[in-house]
This record gives sequence, structure tokens and C-alpha cells, in this order.
Amino acid sequence: MNSLILRTATRLLLTVLLLFSLFLLLRGHDLPGGGFIGGLVAAAALALYAIAYDSDAAARLLRISPRRLLGVGLASSALAGLLAGAFGYDFLTGMWWTVEIAGTRLKLSTPLLFDIGVYLVVIGVILTMLFALEEH
Amino acid sequence: MLIVVLSGFALALLAPLLTGPLGHRAGWTFALVPGGISVWLLSRLGDVASGQVLSQAVPWVPRIGVEAAFRLDGLSLTFALMISLIGTAVMVYAGGYLRGDRQAPRFFLLLSSFMAAMLGVVLADDLITLFVFWELTSLTSYFLIGYTHEAETSREGALQGLLITASGGLAMLAGFLVLGVQAGTFRISEILADPAALTASPAYLPALALLALGAFTKSAQFPFHVWLPNAMAAPTPVSAYLHSATMVKAGVYLLARVAPGMGGTPAWFWLLAVAGTATMVAAAVLALLQRDAKRLLAYSTLIALGALVTLLGVGGEFGAKAALTFMVAHALYKAPLFMVAGNVDLQAGTRDITRLSGLGRRMPISWAIALAAAVSAAGLPPLLGFVGKELAYEALLDVRWALLGMILASAALLTIAWLVAWKPFAGRELQAPRNGGEAPLSMWIGPALLAAGGLAFGLAPDLLAQALIVPGASAVTGARQAFDLALWHGFNLPLALSAATLATGVALTVAWRPLHESMRRRYGGLRFGPAGLYQASLAGLTRFAAWQTRLLQPHDLRRHVTTILAFAVALIGVTVLARGELRFDPPPVAGTIYEYMVLLLIAAAALTTVRAHARMSAITSLGVVGFGIALLFTLFAAPDLAITQFLVETLIVILVALVLMRLPATLLREPGRSSLRYVVGPVAIVGGALLSVLMLAVLSRPLDRTITDFYDAASYPQANGRNIVNVILVDFRALDTLGEITVLAVAATGAFALLRRTGGPRREPEHESGAPRGSDSPSGEPEPSTTDAPTSHESSSRGEART
Repeated sequence: MNSLILRTATRLLLTVLLLFSLFLLLRGHDLPGGGFIGGLVAAAALALYAIAYDSDAAARLLRISPRRLLGVGLASSALAGLLAGAFGYDFLTGMWWTVEIAGTRLKLSTPLLFDIGVYLVVIGVILTMLFALEEH
Repeated sequence: MLIVVLSGFALALLAPLLTGPLGHRAGWTFALVPGGISVWLLSRLGDVASGQVLSQAVPWVPRIGVEAAFRLDGLSLTFALMISLIGTAVMVYAGGYLRGDRQAPRFFLLLSSFMAAMLGVVLADDLITLFVFWELTSLTSYFLIGYTHEAETSREGALQGLLITASGGLAMLAGFLVLGVQAGTFRISEILADPAALTASPAYLPALALLALGAFTKSAQFPFHVWLPNAMAAPTPVSAYLHSATMVKAGVYLLARVAPGMGGTPAWFWLLAVAGTATMVAAAVLALLQRDAKRLLAYSTLIALGALVTLLGVGGEFGAKAALTFMVAHALYKAPLFMVAGNVDLQAGTRDITRLSGLGRRMPISWAIALAAAVSAAGLPPLLGFVGKELAYEALLDVRWALLGMILASAALLTIAWLVAWKPFAGRELQAPRNGGEAPLSMWIGPALLAAGGLAFGLAPDLLAQALIVPGASAVTGARQAFDLALWHGFNLPLALSAATLATGVALTVAWRPLHESMRRRYGGLRFGPAGLYQASLAGLTRFAAWQTRLLQPHDLRRHVTTILAFAVALIGVTVLARGELRFDPPPVAGTIYEYMVLLLIAAAALTTVRAHARMSAITSLGVVGFGIALLFTLFAAPDLAITQFLVETLIVILVALVLMRLPATLLREPGRSSLRYVVGPVAIVGGALLSVLMLAVLSRPLDRTITDFYDAASYPQANGRNIVNVILVDFRALDTLGEITVLAVAATGAFALLRRTGGPRREPEHESGAPRGSDSPSGEPEPSTTDAPTSHESSSRGEART
């Protein structure tokens, strides 16, 4: 779509939306959000970009193929499940580590890694279909 | 022993990485692993011969009593040594055979995995462990047969082998479960400990039948034998290793393993002896039709497998020692014969024995090996094959019909040996060989040593007997055995039978060419019997699938969705009516003005959707319905649901709009399509009404908060999270989520493949309708089925988002 207004707005919105999707992903365990919703927001942001410019531009912006995102996402979710096994727990047992970096307490966990996997898969699924449909 | 098995898998992981850097030394290097395993196994010979049994068990799935249990007795040791020693030879051989093959890394990965799995099968002392390794051998065999996957014969052969052996494997698993549940343990040694109780129990016959199905499919017994000759599409090292020396003997191993507990009954005898003899005779006759060296060898393998099953069926001391000796002899001659056939194939460029002649002068070493192996195969002294055959005759003396089959089969073996080891090498040179000359060292050293083993043990069979056959026979009979083996038994009945076999075999050999020609003329083109049955059932399955797809999932997406909806409505409706527990006293609703406004919006948008003329406006107004529902979620304080709903609706509208751009812009209501509307309308109305009724009925019941309360209470203490929705998704029910994202990824990959396949997307509809875009084609618009995919996948992901 060749619309200057949409393109300009998209450039601003894209950053905000992508940051917002990360925000949703990271806070999801305690507050509304999570990998699924975060992934949908990120995918919507890139879909907007693909509409404003074209899917090739969005693919260039993403840099890696959305199909690769599917694999990476599935792998990190599976890894999150297997990590518990390395410590002798059952598959997919949640494990938590609290890390202090510059005075901020960070909750690192295998559920978070799992959620990041969900996030990547959701982005990958939607963009795979979107790019395939838009490709001419 | 766990380490022995794991070392094979470790090699499988490393081999693909090392194949490139090692170059032509790869085969020699990888052979160190099976070589090392052989050394370890050989060092156990003394212990096992003195009656000791090594065992090791690691808990695996303790809750259902499954252990990674291993046990090394005489029988396991015999098989394990066969696997590791021939594995060593095959690794070296494959290094030469695959020189310059770009796919060699994959080959070594599969071959090492197979070796490890096969060792697992023969060392396992737990039924489930055995089953897992068993299936792994089927799987690696599938990939190895299909190694040259560009060729259709390879793919078909691979699939046939997998379908037959894996379905037999499933039957075997059922048998294992029957045995395990009956005995209360999966430990093989414990299950077999009390033969009297086992054979008397009601579970005995079903378990035996199911186990036999697994063993017969794996060991290619008639009528399941069809897959083995077709497996010859595999590279020669694979044929030599999997499809003659080891994997096809897994079924024989299984029968021998359970023989002390399940053998000795009339059912056991008749089942095994009949199947084995039928296999021998059928293979002996069918072999006459063949002229491809590898297929001929495959039929001779079938004969040997039939003989082994027959001998195990007869059982007892004689059956056990004959079976084990025959098997070792077979492994020692068949693997070299295959490898020499591979050499001939590489050097001469053909395996058609009618076109091969006079190669012996150029390939003297290969010829010598072939001759040594073939003499053993033909059952002539002074090789081990002779000893094995004499023992087999001795064991079968009381079973006349099986003995007769065995004599016929042995004569056929002699003919095959002559065809494969004499005919291509002797005589006049027909044509100049393609590459000329002898095979490299790596391709004759292995077979030479194996064939030499056949000669050495033929001259001194007692050496082999005391080390392996006696302990092995003790394990098969379940009682300690002590006997000697000798090459020369004196003038007795088996020797006379051997002489008769020799005469028959020579007669068959002399008459081979006219017999072969006339049989090929008469039966070569026939497609009946087990092979035809396999083809017919496979084709029937495909036809049935096509028929029910046409019926239930026609190319028209609307018919497709209508079918699904109609079934859902019918099922739910019937259930609701049958249960008759509907109550309607929903709690009074005091809605706010906002809620009523949103409801009005939804109703208006729904009406617009139904009345829309163009698809684009229909999908957009449907999006408004979704947004209205999302607004309701917001009003009722369900932020997660609301956000998800908003995003999913947005993305669906975008994706469906993109799909619609690929379709001709026809209208939803066309004169020709009215018949469908009279179906779709009622289904939609009944479906909507039914859901409303259900919702009202649900609201009339008190809300069960047990689950909500559990998550409310457990979410933070157990899972460190306050957002219950997310905690359920990524922690409590993470396995479901993992399954769902896997489905999503698969769906996206499938949609991608379908969309890519349509090629020029906008061209296709035009091409099909033959009308310019935008015009209303009167014949009804063609809907390419491929473009249906994304919408249906997307709606499935939408369904998941809501669950």
C-alpha cells in the first residue's frame, strides 16, 4: 500500500509495538501478557509493516526466515522442558533462578524460556503464512 | 553393557562429522568401535562358557516397572559377537564401497545407529527395552533401504519393509504387554523362569501368536517374506549386514530367547515348523525366477531363515545346537557373498548373472573369497556350512516333511552358491569389465576374514562349539548342555542325506538355465500371492482415503465447513436431547448501558456479515463481531482473553483478506449456488440456537470453582506466577502447550508448502475459470483447494487461542 501517512506512522508504531510485545512476554507470568499474546503483538506489528511497505521489506527487517523462527521456538520450548531433566526432575518441571544485576532482581526460569519459545513460534506461524500469501 | 550399546550411538553422532575430514580412512576408523566391542565380548567368552550370566539394570520408567535391563548369556553373546564382528567388516567395506559418495556421512550415522540398536535388541533383558531397540532397527533399516532415495524402487522397498516389520512389531508389543501384565514384570529372565506356569496360563496362546507375528515379519517368514528381496535396493554393505547377517535374524533371536519359557508345546512346534518349512520351500522355488545376484542371495537368506525357524520349532538339544551352528555358518558365508557381489557390481557394472562371465582372471581375490563362502553355503565339507547342515538333518530326522523341505532348500542353496560364486567368475570373458581389476583392500579384507572363519571353524568345529554353541544352546533350551561338535560324524543317515542333497543340487544346477527361462516365461509376469496382496491392500487404502476425503472434505471450503458444523451440531444436539438435563433459570443479568451497546454492535455486525454480497465485506464485518466479543471480555475484566481476541481477530482479517485477494472477486450469492444456501442456512441457525441453549443451561447451574480455586491457590506457591492464565500455559499444562505449538508449526509449514506449490498465485484462478478477474463467472467459481489451507489452519489456531 503506497500511503505516506501509514508508512510514517508504521515506522513509529513498529518500534513501540515490538517493545510492547517484549514487555508483554516478560511480564506475562505475573500480569496479563505472556508469550502467546506477545507473539501475536509482534506478528501484528510486522504484518502492519508488511502492509505499509511490502512483505519483502518486512522479511528484510526480520532478517531471519520465519520458518527458522518456528524451529528455534520449538527447540527452546523443548530445551526448557529438557533442562529439568538435566537436574534430575521430570520433563517440563519449572526451575527458577533469581539473579541480581545492577540492583534489579531478575527471575530467570525455564517457564520463561518455554514462553520465549511460544513467542517465537507464534511469530513464525503467522509470518510464514503471511509472507507465503503475499509472495508474488 | 549399557556402555557397549551407547558407544554405538555415540559413534552415530560423531560419524557424520568425521566422515568428511577422515576421507578414505573413515571406514577403517569407524570400524574401531565395533572392533572394540568385539574385543570386549570376546573377553567375556570364558565367563559365559563357564555358565556365568552378566546382567545390568538401570531404572528407566520406574513407575510402570520398565528398566533398561541388559543380560549377557550364551545366546546374547553369540548374536552380539556376530553383530560386532560383521559390523567391523562392514564398516571397513562401506568405507571403500562409498568412496566419493556425498551422502556417506548420513550412511555411517544410520549404520552405526543400526548397530547400536541391534546390540540393544540382543542384550536387552526387558521387554520394553527390547521393543524400543527392535523398532529402532526397523527404522534405520527403512532409511538404509531408501538410501538412494532418488530411485523409486528404493523408496518402495523401504516403505514395504517398514510397513511389514513395523506392523509386526506392533503385534509383538501387544504380545509383550500380555506377557508383562500376566507375569507382573517386564524382565525377560523372570518371565521365562517358570515355563510350566507360563505355557499353562490363558495368556500363553495369544502371547505366542503375537510374538510370532513380530518374529515372522522381522525374519521375513512366508507370507511376510516379500519385503526382503525388495530390500536389496539398499547399498550392498546394508544388504550384507542388515538383510542377511543381523537384522533379519532378530526374529530368530526373539524366538530363541523365549524358547526356554514358551517353547516345547505343540502350538509352538506347529506354528514355527510349518512357517519355517513353508518359507524354505517357497524361497527355494521362487529363487529359480531370479537372475540378479543380490536377489538370489536374498532368497538364499530366506531359505536360511526358514530353516532356523523350523529348527527352533523342533527345539530340544538337537534343534538348538543345529540352529545356532547353522546361523553362525550362515553369517560367516552370507556376508562375504554379498560383499563380493557388491565388488562384482562395482567392477562389472551389473549384477545380472546371465551377463557375467570370466571375471575370475581379473578379480582373483574376490573369486577365492566367493568360492570359500559358497562351498560353505552349499553345505560341502570341510566348511562350517557342512557341519550346520548335518546337524539340521539330524535334528529333523523325526519330522519327515520338514526334513524333505530342508533337503530341497539345501539343494537350492547349492544352486544359488554356484550361480553367485562360480558362474560370474569362471569361463570366457563376455565383455570388458567397466572398471576392471580387483577391488581395493578395504573391500576384500573383511569378507576374506569372515570366509576364513567359516573354513577354520569347519575344520575345528569344537572350538566354536565350546565357546558359543554350547552356552548358546544352554540358553535356548533352558538347561545346561554339554556336547562336542566334529566335522566328521562317520557314515550315518545325515551323511547319506547330504549326498542326496548334493546330487539334487547338482541336477538342479545343470538344469538351471532351461528351468529358469521357462519359469520366467510362465510366472515372471504374474502378480498374485503375498506381494500382490500387499500392493492391493496399499492401493485399497489410498482409494478408501480418497473416497472419504471426497465425501467429507470436498474441494469447496463451504461444503467442508458445513459438514464439520453439521456433525458437531448433530452430536451435541443428540447428546443434549438424550441426557435431557436442561434447566433454564439463568441468574438475572443487570447489564450496563455499555454492555447493551456492545451487544447491539455485535448483532448489527453479524447481520451485516450474513447479508454481505462480497467476501471482503463479509470477513470485515465478521471481524467486527470478534472485536465486539473482545470488548465484552474487557468489560468483564478478562484482559488476557480480550488482548488475545483483539489480536487474533486482527490477524485473521489480514490473512483472510490476503487469501481473498488470490481468489476471483466473485460474489457470495450467485444464482447457481442457491442449493448450498438452503443447507448452510439451517445448519448455521440450528448451530447458533443450540449453542445459545447450551450457554443458558450452563449458566443455570451453580459454578464449579474447584479448578479455579486450585489454580488460584497453587499458582504462586508452586509456579512462582500470579497470572494464572499464563502459569497454566507455560507450567501446569506446559505439555499441552508444547503439543499445540508443535501443531501450529506443522500447520504453518504445511500451509507454506501448499502456497508455494501453487506457483503463480493470481494466475491459477484465472486459468481455471477462464474468465477475467472481477467478472461473475456463471459456472460457479473454482476454488483451488490449496488456498483453503491457511484459513482452516488459522481457524484451528484461533480455536486453540480460546481454549
